[in-house]
Amino acid sequence: MSEPVIRVEDLHKSYGTVEALRGVSFEVHAGEVFGLLGPNGAGKTSTIEILEGLRAQDRGNVSVAGLDPQTAGPQFKQQVGAVLQSTALPEKLRVGEALSLFANFYRRHHDTEALLKRFQLEEKRNAFYSQLSGGQKQRLALALALVNDPVVVFLDEPTAGLDPQVRREIYDIIEELKSDKKTILLTTHYIEEAEKLCDRVAIVDRGKIIAEGTPRELKQRSGDTTRIEVRLSRPPRDGALKTLDGVTDVREFDGVYVLHSSRPPQTIVSLVKHLESEGSDLQSLEMFSPSLEDVFIELTGRRLRE
Amino acid sequence: MSNTWSLTKIRIRLALRNKAFIFFGVAMPLAFLFFFVLVFGKGSSDRVAYVLGSILTLTVMGSFWGLSVQLVMFREQGILRRFRLAPVSAGALLASSIFANYVLVFPAIVIEILICRVAFHMTTWGNPFYVFVLVTVGAATFSSFGLIVASVTNTMQETQVINNLIWSAFLFLSGATVPLAAFPHWIQSVALFSPATYLATGLQGAMTQLATPHEVITDFIALAVGLIVSFEISRQLFRWEPEAKAASRAKLWVVVAMIPFLVFGIYENVYSNRLANIRRGFGSIFGDNAPSQHQGQN
Repeated sequence: MSEPVIRVEDLHKSYGTVEALRGVSFEVHAGEVFGLLGPNGAGKTSTIEILEGLRAQDRGNVSVAGLDPQTAGPQFKQQVGAVLQSTALPEKLRVGEALSLFANFYRRHHDTEALLKRFQLEEKRNAFYSQLSGGQKQRLALALALVNDPVVVFLDEPTAGLDPQVRREIYDIIEELKSDKKTILLTTHYIEEAEKLCDRVAIVDRGKIIAEGTPRELKQRSGDTTRIEVRLSRPPRDGALKTLDGVTDVREFDGVYVLHSSRPPQTIVSLVKHLESEGSDLQSLEMFSPSLEDVFIELTGRRLRE
Repeated sequence: MSNTWSLTKIRIRLALRNKAFIFFGVAMPLAFLFFFVLVFGKGSSDRVAYVLGSILTLTVMGSFWGLSVQLVMFREQGILRRFRLAPVSAGALLASSIFANYVLVFPAIVIEILICRVAFHMTTWGNPFYVFVLVTVGAATFSSFGLIVASVTNTMQETQVINNLIWSAFLFLSGATVPLAAFPHWIQSVALFSPATYLATGLQGAMTQLATPHEVITDFIALAVGLIVSFEISRQLFRWEPEAKAASRAKLWVVVAMIPFLVFGIYENVYSNRLANIRRGFGSIFGDNAPSQHQGQN
């Protein structure tokens, strides 16, 4: 395997008494899309901002494209592009001006006209930043991040708060970057985003990486089970759901019982029979294919978006 | 340097799209000009020239207010953070603020001079070289003061409070609103410790052609030293991040930026006869209305 483009070793960071990072380590190789998946406050943004050079770590080593983000200065910034969790530009700055301005900051840069076209911002070239929709602002943020044709791209929650349609557009752009062989580190708390876009994923919780691998590997690790979420009219007897056919694990989150099953049809039949015998009713039932959410639940006992 | 130039061009465009800038940077000084000339000009070219010197001072000093507010707003909104990701230094960003401000101030200065020439029958151009030099260094210096305020304050509210305090002191003590000669002598002496005084008396003297080369050189040096010190302080204290708070003691840097003027104030009070010249000049223009005529010499 090639030399890692991003290397993180034993990263620690505290804010006052709060330990945001407690020994995070990982590597990202050239052309790879690596995702940090975790709930809010897990330490994803702290990690990515240290790698972007926006924050200094308390302890540990990081290198990006062979450079230390804290000390390499402009040379480092020439190599990377980044989308912040929330990008802001002056309200009266026009889209075309923003791209030209940022292009001028770099020794090597893309043609801004081509970027406007690529990010479907041609018609908004003369629009003020304040006049853009959320999706257009995010597309502009991505265009600015790529204006210098960076070696490494950091995307911090690139689709947070966007509607599904815009989110899909952003996914398409990231897929394009992937096919351009850009090295990408993205943070997200959307499972489908991590599964769809990332070659490898590190699941982060409370400042630590609790699992790492390809989405497939991680799902296999959790037993490749189907998640069945049920809401019942009456709480079941202790341990009763665990005895249902095919059930490997049962957890309860706010009145929703999450069953992991290796044989979903049998589990459902068994569940219905059990409820009849108990005089209880099924209020709702949802089934989910194996996902990284299941890995997170298995490892932490919590849901990703708690 | 190319980053500074790119940023300067954008800052100019942003300012021209900002109605507040047009109002405070152009319209308000013009309104003051009309009011002051009508009240104090009384058809005398010398008086109009003197009043114009004061208005030029107000226009130049306006840089102080606008830049501090803008920089804090950019920081609070996370705009600086985006620039931090690019290979842009704090020095380039701050310098672009100063250059853009200068480019924007200069046309206002020219318009004010032309209005006095055309509409108020001012027969003199003053000493254009002195005016140019003082406007240039003055705009840069007061911009830098604004940048220091932005660097030592954490919120817009705090910025406004400190701006008001400093701005009021500058206005009151400079002689740009109330002629310095009208104050008691002890206030005149205190005024020599204020950077605004060097700009106001310099521009009044340059417009009325009463300033001596020595005085203008002193004004220039005082303002230039103030510029260098305050720019470096603001560069060192510059913060990109909204959550990076300045310690309370950081506000003392505003005082440190004033140290050069402490030195100049002592020098001017002890070794020069500037105050006497100011009173004499004011007396020669305003005649019987000159308060200094009734208060004797310093």
